[in-house]
Amino acid sequence: MFRTKAKAMTLPLELSIALSHLLHRRRQTLISVLGVAMGVGFFIGISSLMQGFQHYFVEKVIDVQPHILMKDEFRVPEAQPVEREFSSAAIELGGVKPRDEVRGIRGARRILAEIRQMPGVHVAPTMAGQVLLRYGAKSVSVSISGIEPALDRRVTNLERDLTEGALDNLYTAGNGIILGVGVANKAGVGMGDTLSVISPQGVVLKMKVVGIFSSGITTMDNYDTYILLKKAQILHNRPNVINRLRIRLDDVEQAESLARKLEDRYGYRAESWKEASKNVLGIFVIQNGIMYSTVSAILIVACFGIFNVISTVVFEKTRDIAILKSMGFSEGDIRRIFLIEGLLAGLVGSVLGWLLGWGIVELLASIRFQMEGFVRTEGFVLYRTPIQYALGALVASASAILASWLPARRAARLNPVDIVRGL
Amino acid sequence: MAASPAPTLAIEARGLSRVLPGPVPVTLVDDVSLGIAKGEMVAITGASGSGKSSLLYLLGLLDTPTGGSVWIDGRDMARLPPAEMAAVRLARLGFVFQFHFLLPEFSVLDNVTLPIRKLGRLSAGEVQARGEALLVDLGLADHMRKFPDQLSGGQRQRVAIARALANDPLIVLADEPTGNLDSRNARAVFDIFIRLAHEHKCALAIVTHEHNLADLADRRLVMADGRLEA
Repeated sequence: MFRTKAKAMTLPLELSIALSHLLHRRRQTLISVLGVAMGVGFFIGISSLMQGFQHYFVEKVIDVQPHILMKDEFRVPEAQPVEREFSSAAIELGGVKPRDEVRGIRGARRILAEIRQMPGVHVAPTMAGQVLLRYGAKSVSVSISGIEPALDRRVTNLERDLTEGALDNLYTAGNGIILGVGVANKAGVGMGDTLSVISPQGVVLKMKVVGIFSSGITTMDNYDTYILLKKAQILHNRPNVINRLRIRLDDVEQAESLARKLEDRYGYRAESWKEASKNVLGIFVIQNGIMYSTVSAILIVACFGIFNVISTVVFEKTRDIAILKSMGFSEGDIRRIFLIEGLLAGLVGSVLGWLLGWGIVELLASIRFQMEGFVRTEGFVLYRTPIQYALGALVASASAILASWLPARRAARLNPVDIVRGL
Repeated sequence: MAASPAPTLAIEARGLSRVLPGPVPVTLVDDVSLGIAKGEMVAITGASGSGKSSLLYLLGLLDTPTGGSVWIDGRDMARLPPAEMAAVRLARLGFVFQFHFLLPEFSVLDNVTLPIRKLGRLSAGEVQARGEALLVDLGLADHMRKFPDQLSGGQRQRVAIARALANDPLIVLADEPTGNLDSRNARAVFDIFIRLAHEHKCALAIVTHEHNLADLADRRLVMADGRLEA
């Protein structure tokens, strides 16, 4: 039982009554407080994990990939003459074949010069395509980008991500190629090895590995290779063709609007990093949805606990409520007492939840292992922010007050005469 | 609108009625008028079910009359919002019931000082001093730090009386205050009430069915079927 001398005197009256009620139902209170703590703790743990991964991915994508990629494609296929002529008629065209022309961005050099004029924008030309690497009996299908290293180092962080070799080796070696670490592993090649590069156009070049990079983004490390722009044009039999413009911005947030602007001006498809990673970012939305539902479920269960304790207290303490009301406590005073009880459970639960959450995060952080998903990391990437703590406590306390609302209202409406008379 | 009653009356009831609604309405209190002066002790007796407790609850603003009005210290209570009625109960009224209704988790002293703290007119030190003085006055000096379940029935009832007196009320309403006590303790409680009326100038209304105790009051009212007998 709650027996203190000095403490009850110094606390505000309603608070000391609320405390005495909760301590009267000590075990039940403890369980519901632990429920709240679990909700808050797991929220902090899971959101730190998920946000950590999401932030890391976005950082990597922004860091490693160009912020905008302009391709020699159109978002909508070109209208056929018959469609233009009869714009409102029901027309179905079958068997339309692409024109047999050398694809590429027309006037790429002019576009390049214009984009370069924009402040805070860096651009580099690329000739990209698919090729087959053959080394001994092994063949690996990869995407190959012809780049100009001098320009490219201002657009991507390829140079920094090189674990072996150097970007300038592309200039010095006769036929140099830089491989992603995954590609190198699949093909079983290392620095200095020579392999055959076979293009769909049937051109075969012998190339020497002059660099290996590891970006941390799995798809890039497993599929991307780099050679000089000129070599790529030879390989694909498209002299002077540029089919990609890689653009990097000083301000990443401008990517979407600039991409739209470029597409409007030049007609070519311009993808911002958000659009390029749309499917992964979409998964994040679902992930967050799952996380919030799980945490809500835990909190709802905890709130049932709080509702239960306070209902029990109201039921058991009807005599006390009657005497408080006859003494001169108003309905509002009585309601406040029981809402305070809910809030107390929520707050104490939140503080315990903070400890639990902190513990979960530190535990996860201490685990070391190799992970290969969208990104490659050692162990969990965790994101720590006080916002998670504040949000968890806020939601938990609000739900706790909500859970105590009904029993508090019932207590406030108790008629003291009914109770006094019943004895 | 009736004129304000004489100011010497602490509490006055005018044509007070209470009817429980239902298919067959039950009349608990039927057109009762009475007045109690400051320093006067009135005993209300009657058979059980005669409506004496119901009358007391109406006088104490715990129940709402279906007819008539209650005047406390010259103010009509009928139209007061519930929150203000609660404020009047806190500052002007004291209740003692058959059951002590002490909060079991609070010490004797904390129980007594509860209404004083609720009223919030005194500092923490003054609250403590007033509570202690009341308990000393009622012969409970040695029991202040105890908890209600460590006291005897008579002691608990005295604590309940001390609590009723905490805010120096104008009116003390007691509903069978000796109902759970033996005759010796009952007599002691009544002696306290008599002293209160005379020393503190409280108006006292005591519902009891013990005639020998009722005879100690200044005035005796008898109720039957919800009406006061002449």
